[in-house]
Amino acid sequence: MSWTKKILRVNLTTGSCESEPLNMEWARQYLGQRGLATKYLVEETDPSVDPLSADNKMIFATGPLTGTIAPTSGRWSVVTKGPLTGAIACSNSGGFFGAELKNAGWDMIIFEGRAEAPVYLDINNDQVSLKDASQLWGTSVWETEDKLREIRGDDDIRVASIGSAGEKGVLFAAIVNDKDRAAGRSGVGAVMGSKNLKAVAVRGTVGVTVDDPMGLMKASGAAKGAISENAVTSQGLPTYGTQVLMNVINELGALPTRNATEVQFEGAHLVSGEAMTEPRKSDGEANLVSTHACFGCPISCGRYSKIDPEHFTVKGKSQYQIVSGGLEYENAWGLGVATGVSDLEALTFANFLCNEQGLDPITCGSTIGAAMELYEMGAITSEDTNGIELEFGSAKALVEILEATAKGEGFGRDIALGSKRLCDKYGHPELSMTVKSQEFPAYDPRGIQGMGLTYATSNRGACHLRSYTVSSEVLGLPEKTDPHTTDGKAGLVMAFQDVTAVVDSSGTCIFTTFALSLDDIAPMVDAACVGEWSSESLMEVGERIWNMERQYNIAAGFTGKDDTLPERLLKDAAKSGPAKGRVNELDKMLPEYYELRGWSDDGVPTAETLSRLSL
Amino acid sequence: MHKALLIKPVHCTACQQCEMACSYMKVGAFNPSKSAIKIFTFDGGGVKVPYTCTQCNEAWCMMVCPVGAITLNTETGAKVVTEARCVGCKVCTIACPFGTINYNSDKGVVTKCDLCNGTPACVEVCPTNALTYVDADNLNSDRMQTHAEKSHTSAGEVAHKTL
Repeated sequence: MSWTKKILRVNLTTGSCESEPLNMEWARQYLGQRGLATKYLVEETDPSVDPLSADNKMIFATGPLTGTIAPTSGRWSVVTKGPLTGAIACSNSGGFFGAELKNAGWDMIIFEGRAEAPVYLDINNDQVSLKDASQLWGTSVWETEDKLREIRGDDDIRVASIGSAGEKGVLFAAIVNDKDRAAGRSGVGAVMGSKNLKAVAVRGTVGVTVDDPMGLMKASGAAKGAISENAVTSQGLPTYGTQVLMNVINELGALPTRNATEVQFEGAHLVSGEAMTEPRKSDGEANLVSTHACFGCPISCGRYSKIDPEHFTVKGKSQYQIVSGGLEYENAWGLGVATGVSDLEALTFANFLCNEQGLDPITCGSTIGAAMELYEMGAITSEDTNGIELEFGSAKALVEILEATAKGEGFGRDIALGSKRLCDKYGHPELSMTVKSQEFPAYDPRGIQGMGLTYATSNRGACHLRSYTVSSEVLGLPEKTDPHTTDGKAGLVMAFQDVTAVVDSSGTCIFTTFALSLDDIAPMVDAACVGEWSSESLMEVGERIWNMERQYNIAAGFTGKDDTLPERLLKDAAKSGPAKGRVNELDKMLPEYYELRGWSDDGVPTAETLSRLSL
Repeated sequence: MHKALLIKPVHCTACQQCEMACSYMKVGAFNPSKSAIKIFTFDGGGVKVPYTCTQCNEAWCMMVCPVGAITLNTETGAKVVTEARCVGCKVCTIACPFGTINYNSDKGVVTKCDLCNGTPACVEVCPTNALTYVDADNLNSDRMQTHAEKSHTSAGEVAHKTL
């Protein structure tokens, strides 16, 4: 119960689609989604595999709470080896696709091999087949969804697909579902493209049953009550979306600006959540049209926006004069602040493009920011960029280079490598704002110390969602810590990492944790799933998952030396704001973190730790 | 006095909590495809509209049923399907002008909103009050109040200017 106990194994080389029982022993140890899919990947693949080869596998996974009445039950994940990083990749998405997959009766899909020609996977409950996608190849995510609805003659299907970025092997290509939700990071879309898999279309009407429905109703009701009483989840996020943070983080002096050369952006207020709600001077309409929720979500942080039809980005292009997924904080930061662009309409268009063609806006924006710095210092010229004047702050350049990147044309092919490979190529590796080759997002570790340790130790390369200590250091949830001190941050990061691993494996959204602790989440898992689940046993599951991912990365060739930050964050002090004069003091946190983790001085889990966690 | 479901599309976020609660009441599983309330989205998702049976007084589904399987619950005003009596002829689905009574092929009977016998599960779970269960004779009193406030203000201004 709660798990469907069924896995769909799709061999793209042979074309076979087989049902097999879920390994319930592993489900008890790794729960679902992120943890359980990673366990399958670890057991079935060699960590040294080339991520874009047929030998790499890619898993679409739901959690035991996915598709249930638990709040935020729309989550699903893509787990594979990431081509951007060479590390474990686990990209989490919302929307409706995951719940539909679960409703069709599947806990996860394991894709192996590589199709000879483009295919899509068609799922109608237990009827599953691979179909020719030659007509879909070369079309965008948006067109693919529309065409599949037409082909199936069913408006209720849900689709996850890649756009041109995934087809062309852009190393930060995303898998996009429901047109504007994405498994965004680490290049999972490039893995899908390398397998010649264009899309997965699913219709599920089997339904999701749980072990103790009334118990789940009760626990979910309590959780929803807590969510409705918390200021972040009941006011901040519903009103302004994640963009509620833009002005807050800027004022804190922790907004990495123009490739992290600065920590405050003079144009932040122009691209903030507040700005999205204000009537435009041009046509009197606000950028924000409405909010929207993912499946089962009472928070509703999603945004729907419409660009001014007269804006240069969409004038004469009716396909973009529509209501579609609007700016999230990370996207507005990556596409805007990292590039110094403060044109809200241009950023919304850039965001549309990322959704339409399947690009990760964080890595994409940060890489364009790095290219702009290379351009301004003369390391690349307009000859390299095919005439695009890549100056910080240029909305025109941003849009032009983004379109070229999605299409795999001109200098866009260099951007498509991500900033690590781009900056190496042009002789300035120090300009890449990455950890383990993945760009860090919208929080500057010089102003929020815990985020430095978060980025440095994240198993999938720099990422805010592996331990969002901003919750504590900025928002004061569950309790306030000083963003400028390193004291206690090792323990804070470790606790956040383990809890997050649990939530990411449950089928629910990490945003619930602003309002909920594991003591609130455990009763939902316990009611939904067979067996006994407590916050203590879940915490152990989280720690087990974290160490398993770490072991995978070590086997893939990573060492403690990779647990570091770009030199800029460690040596160039913040120039303004409350953190002025500070750098990130990673060296004060990392040894303590290793010790708390039960790892050696060079970051390897000890035999004792592994045995304690049954690894 | 009856109560009625009041649907306010402007508050709906399309989260489908109502569909999960309804399907649980109907079939014992979280299965939006079996829900008697359904959310429709328009304009690329910018507009969301929950829709279900509004319990017509002159209920054509009830009037056309050849076996009397649809009856009035006098306490709630709901038109309720007695599954044991329904023969699955689907004539009611033809008669209903709104499409809010539908056939469930798993059970071989029709299914519709029955207001959960006076405590609608969809209302219980709706996080934004897009669905409420209110006095049927005063469905729009809050809308009247809002407009009264507006017109009161402008009427007051006019009166003030006249004086």
